[in-house]
Amino acid sequence: MRHLLSAADLSREEAITVLDTAATMAATQSREIKKLPALRGLTVVNLFFEDSTRTRISFEAAAKRLSADVINFAAKGSSVSKGESLKDTAQTLQAMGADAVVIRHSASGAPHRLATSGWIDAPVVNAGDGMHQHPTQALLDAFTMRRHLMPEGGAGAGLDGKRVVIVGDVLHSRVARSNVDLLHTLGAEVTLVAPPTLLPIGASTWPCRISYDLDAAIAEQAPDAIMMLRVQRERMSSAGGGFFPSAAEYSRRYGLDAARFEALPGHALIMHPGPMNRGLEISARAADSDRSTIVEQVANGVAVRMAVLYLVLAGNEGTPS
Amino acid sequence: MTDYLITGAQLPEGSITDLLLADGRIAATGSDAADMAGARAGAQVHRIDAHGLVALPGLVDLHTHLREPGREDAETVASGTRAAAVGGFTCVHAMANTTPVADTAGVVEQVWRLGEDAGWAQVRPVGAVTVGLAGEQLAELGAMASSAARVRVFSDDGLCVHDPVLMRRALEYVKAFDGVVAQHAQEPRLTAGALMHEGIVSAELGLTGWPAVAEEAIIARDVLLAEHVGSRVHICHLSTAGSVDIVRWAKARGIQVTAEVTPHHLMLTDEAIRGYDPQFKVNPPLRTAEDVQAVRDGLEDGTIDIVATDHAPHPSEDKDCEFAAAAMGMTGLETALSVVTEAMVADDSRDFGWQDLARTMSATPARIGRVTGQGRPLAAGEPAHVTLVDPSARWTVDPAGLRTASENTPFAARELPARVMATFYRGVATVLDGQPQDGSTR
Repeated sequence: MRHLLSAADLSREEAITVLDTAATMAATQSREIKKLPALRGLTVVNLFFEDSTRTRISFEAAAKRLSADVINFAAKGSSVSKGESLKDTAQTLQAMGADAVVIRHSASGAPHRLATSGWIDAPVVNAGDGMHQHPTQALLDAFTMRRHLMPEGGAGAGLDGKRVVIVGDVLHSRVARSNVDLLHTLGAEVTLVAPPTLLPIGASTWPCRISYDLDAAIAEQAPDAIMMLRVQRERMSSAGGGFFPSAAEYSRRYGLDAARFEALPGHALIMHPGPMNRGLEISARAADSDRSTIVEQVANGVAVRMAVLYLVLAGNEGTPS
Repeated sequence: MTDYLITGAQLPEGSITDLLLADGRIAATGSDAADMAGARAGAQVHRIDAHGLVALPGLVDLHTHLREPGREDAETVASGTRAAAVGGFTCVHAMANTTPVADTAGVVEQVWRLGEDAGWAQVRPVGAVTVGLAGEQLAELGAMASSAARVRVFSDDGLCVHDPVLMRRALEYVKAFDGVVAQHAQEPRLTAGALMHEGIVSAELGLTGWPAVAEEAIIARDVLLAEHVGSRVHICHLSTAGSVDIVRWAKARGIQVTAEVTPHHLMLTDEAIRGYDPQFKVNPPLRTAEDVQAVRDGLEDGTIDIVATDHAPHPSEDKDCEFAAAAMGMTGLETALSVVTEAMVADDSRDFGWQDLARTMSATPARIGRVTGQGRPLAAGEPAHVTLVDPSARWTVDPAGLRTASENTPFAARELPARVMATFYRGVATVLDGQPQDGSTR
């Protein structure tokens, strides 16, 4: 794996390799000494043009547990607004010895530009770009589902035949796009549920079902996992009168309230990429239930990011013991 | 002054002839040309063997961004018109979105004067419709019309005249001096933050969509406004199948509407953006393959009147960045003829030959812009604006090798047919053997 730019770039075999490597990494995290020497002497730069403390800390922990040196570069704003260009920033970091660049950017495609424009030659890992992709989030979600839903923790397996319902603001969501791509690659059946205003024109060609009715989707799909996407409150007041009328109406039609929670199959996983809006897209009843994997997803994120950093920086040398 | 005797050239309709260019005019054609060349006492006659070449009336571009004044790092009137000459143009319309904006007689006269001084091609400034392109108050259109620049085309290009009342007033007002409003059709409320065509590709790439309806809604409104007030209206860079249908309907209804398509909308689709390369970022955006077929059909059946380049040079730093941060636009003057040849003339299934190319890239744009003396037939007594094209040549686009001051072509490394071998503007060779003829060599 040269770069990780999009979940759509991963073949089934590559995706399973990442998940299996992540399982190996996760196993080491229950040891007394969590740190592995795999990336000793290498430098990982976290290049964050958008605030995301959670994702940045997760990548930082992953790199440090592999003994890499970490440089955090938080560039408020970007060349969209003003200041140094992405090209110059990247070349500056490369000159300081970056062996891999983890980038979060508000502009869709910025990681792709970094990887393919000839500006730098280090591997690039996409930590979320605009409304495009967030591949490590999809990998950690798939990792979490596989561990619970597949026999014997899922080693070597995909998610064949598993039904996943993803609910919320698909239009603006890089998490939804990445999950549709990766879950489809792994053999799961995905249903997206959203008000029509929060589904992109063109989504009908995606490898998934689309529904406007959450109750019907729960009844028809009997999902093995349901993933609630974060709803930005400012979507109510944007141009054109907002994407939906009010938080209350959104919650009534698309929130995972107690009644919908009860309607789910008993084994269904409750997932959320965080941070949650309790009472808007998800009720406390669902979020705090014993079927909720929301906290576990955070822990799995570190293992998945360890796997990704390992594979782009040392992937040709086999899996660490 | 040098005379030029062009021998064996094929005229757009297919016949073979000689042409004698003397004193800024086509002095003679056919067998008269050689006879008169021999009889011209004291004149130096430069013979050009044009066997196998097509002679076209000098091309006229209704939509060019020359960037001067204000962005001379991207292009100047001199560099842009030199590129135009290399592309076979003898007249370009310089868009108004300069700094300062071309919204006064002073600015349009400056741009016109720079064009006269450079001498590569006739520069016809386009005047802004509204003060500062702000869309709020009419600019002094009459003052620009009666200035030395004799402005006849008015446009807020880059921005749409979106206020329907203001658009109505502009359409009415320019009738007094036979002007035309050239509308950049883009409903701004439907395109806030838009980066590319809204559809399957934008959904995957996560780039904010520019829906076709934002163009079509404005065109529909403006053809109806033009009908209501009895004015003519010109639609800039029409890009969607729906827009073609609306213009076709309007023409059938007798509305005085003309429309242009760019070479890039005849050739490229939104699929090109999958690599996030900002060289393909343009406004209006590249559309789908169905739209490309529709604009080709529209150009063939006359619904779309002309090809205009929307030549939009940008310095490299404005393209060497994230897609969202990049400037919109692409160069086109030096590739336009080749792209239209590839998309239309070379397609044997289409009824579109050199005569149609001459009509859509010279005669009709000159008529829309009310440019007397350009886009004329190649006949004795007409002004000597002539372009010689080698239709059998093939060439590969090298961005650094183009004469425009910027390198933002979307056709880099693409092999294209047809090459401009010579351009004559007012009887002077601006291009010979495919090379621009600078200063003393002219």
